[in-house]
Amino acid sequence: MSVLEIKNLQVSVITEAGNKEILRGVDLTVKSGETHAIMGPNGSGKSTLAYSIAGHPKYLITGGSVTLDGNDVLEMSVDERAKAGLFLAMQYPVEVPGVSVSNFLRTAVTAIRGEAPKVRTWVGEVKEAMASLNIDTAFSERNVNEGFSGGEKKRHEILQMELLRPKIAILDETDSGLDVDALRIVSEGVNRVKANSDLGVMLITHYTRILRYIKPDFVHVFANGKIVEEGGPELADKLEEQGYAAYITA
Amino acid sequence: MSQLTTNYLTPTGREEAWRFTPLKKLSGIHDLEVPVSDRISLSAKSDLPKGVTLSTSSSSDHPPAYVASDIVTNRVRKEVKNVTVLAIENNLELAEPIFLKRKCGPTPEVSRSIIQVGINSRATVILENNGVGKLGEEIEILLSAGSSLNFISLQEWDLSSVYVAQHHAIIGKDAQFNSYVVSIGGSTIRMSPTVEYTGTGASAEMYGVYFATDEQHLEHRIHVNHSVPNTKSRVNYKGALAGKGAHTVWIGDVYINKGAEGTDTYELNRNLLLTDGARADSVPNLEIETGEIVGAGHASTTGRFDDEQLFYLQSRGIPAEMARKLVIRGFFAEIINKLKNEDIEERLMARIELELSRVGE
Repeated sequence: MSVLEIKNLQVSVITEAGNKEILRGVDLTVKSGETHAIMGPNGSGKSTLAYSIAGHPKYLITGGSVTLDGNDVLEMSVDERAKAGLFLAMQYPVEVPGVSVSNFLRTAVTAIRGEAPKVRTWVGEVKEAMASLNIDTAFSERNVNEGFSGGEKKRHEILQMELLRPKIAILDETDSGLDVDALRIVSEGVNRVKANSDLGVMLITHYTRILRYIKPDFVHVFANGKIVEEGGPELADKLEEQGYAAYITA
Repeated sequence: MSQLTTNYLTPTGREEAWRFTPLKKLSGIHDLEVPVSDRISLSAKSDLPKGVTLSTSSSSDHPPAYVASDIVTNRVRKEVKNVTVLAIENNLELAEPIFLKRKCGPTPEVSRSIIQVGINSRATVILENNGVGKLGEEIEILLSAGSSLNFISLQEWDLSSVYVAQHHAIIGKDAQFNSYVVSIGGSTIRMSPTVEYTGTGASAEMYGVYFATDEQHLEHRIHVNHSVPNTKSRVNYKGALAGKGAHTVWIGDVYINKGAEGTDTYELNRNLLLTDGARADSVPNLEIETGEIVGAGHASTTGRFDDEQLFYLQSRGIPAEMARKLVIRGFFAEIINKLKNEDIEERLMARIELELSRVGE
């Protein structure tokens, strides 16, 4: 049982024109097995929340705390956060020249698990995970995210999540740019990991579409850098009908 | 192409051929005023197989087999009294590589060698350049008809060393020349792997890997001269740079002369900047005088290992230092794996990683 606890988190983005406040006091607790949908209009700060939890260097934490099972996440380096059990599926996964997918996956899993996976079982493990996400095995020899289509990048993110077995995963707009078939495959992947590992999920999305496939236990409406309304799955239905207009203040 | 054979002068740095090279760091190898020794620096690392000899003889018995335009090459020819000759007799198939080792002295020196591969013979020669040295060199590589040579030169010099070399291959009918250049060590390296063809069906594959760190200058000037019909060349050099003042230069000159119908050539250079403060110059150049060719192309790219890539790898649990190693290993693997010698491959990657870990110190 793991708990990610975000308390009064305040974050600014570092830009050449100076620092700009984005998050204005976010409170959120995600436990193992729970799925939290974070919904909000563009520019509300949802992605900033995801990236500052993962430790992206362009964000400056100005107040509040983030802990995973009581340990101070904000004190950890980016790789330590991953080792502690956090995973961020990115909206725009980065291309890494010169590094093949197979080499990347093996190195990441070795770093996270603390030992190299056994060659015999590892090959099977990767093959099975790739097959269930409809990823061609030829992918292994390609460079990480280089020349991948939008859908391939997202499936590759979920593949990593499946192999790295995090405690809490943050999915940042994983549904964006996916057609119906790809959305279903990716969602099934998330549900499979949840079923197998008691994963806690923070699902960041603009649209309710993905919630038809991944059922949230809680829905949080995000606007202007903080959570402005919370509820159960029924809140998503209300957003589907009414949109975000009510939460956007001029 | 200008042919400077006599009355050559010390370069000033303003010449096209010298504009990238830090002349001050060459220890006078290029400077006709600075005396150089012509001691023999090359020897066999172990017993040579039957049919192979390594000897020295008067340079007057071995006049140059081609016209050289490089000033240092011409200086080497003028100063060296005794050339080192590695001769591989006809119809010899060598399964094991021939290792040549280098031992330089403390002062500037020059060396001239000739590698002769007999008709239909197949061999691999590995030249290990290491230790301290300030060396100007010419190696003439003569491939007889139907022969095949893998020539591997490993620049694992001490970080204070200077090396200016031309390795020129003359490839006979249906002969195959494979060149592998790996440059990691040395303060300043300026290498000119050059090839020409004397018979149809001749082919050259030229691969290179270079890794420059703080204040290192690694320059590779490839020159391929297609002058007879139906010859082939492939050039693929990959370089990575890390640290302030790391500088690499890659020049890829390919000439397809009038009589070279049926030429098939492609050259490629990729550079990877691992940190700020490093500079990679890349100048591919293709000159074509006949339209009757199979193919001719070139490509050059310089990419950057940036903060977003580092963040991505770290977010998957990979520490920053390991992330850089991963990127560099992956980048070089394509070419390093072609050496087909696991001990050397591991040794080179270990040296690269050691230097990477010392960047900025």
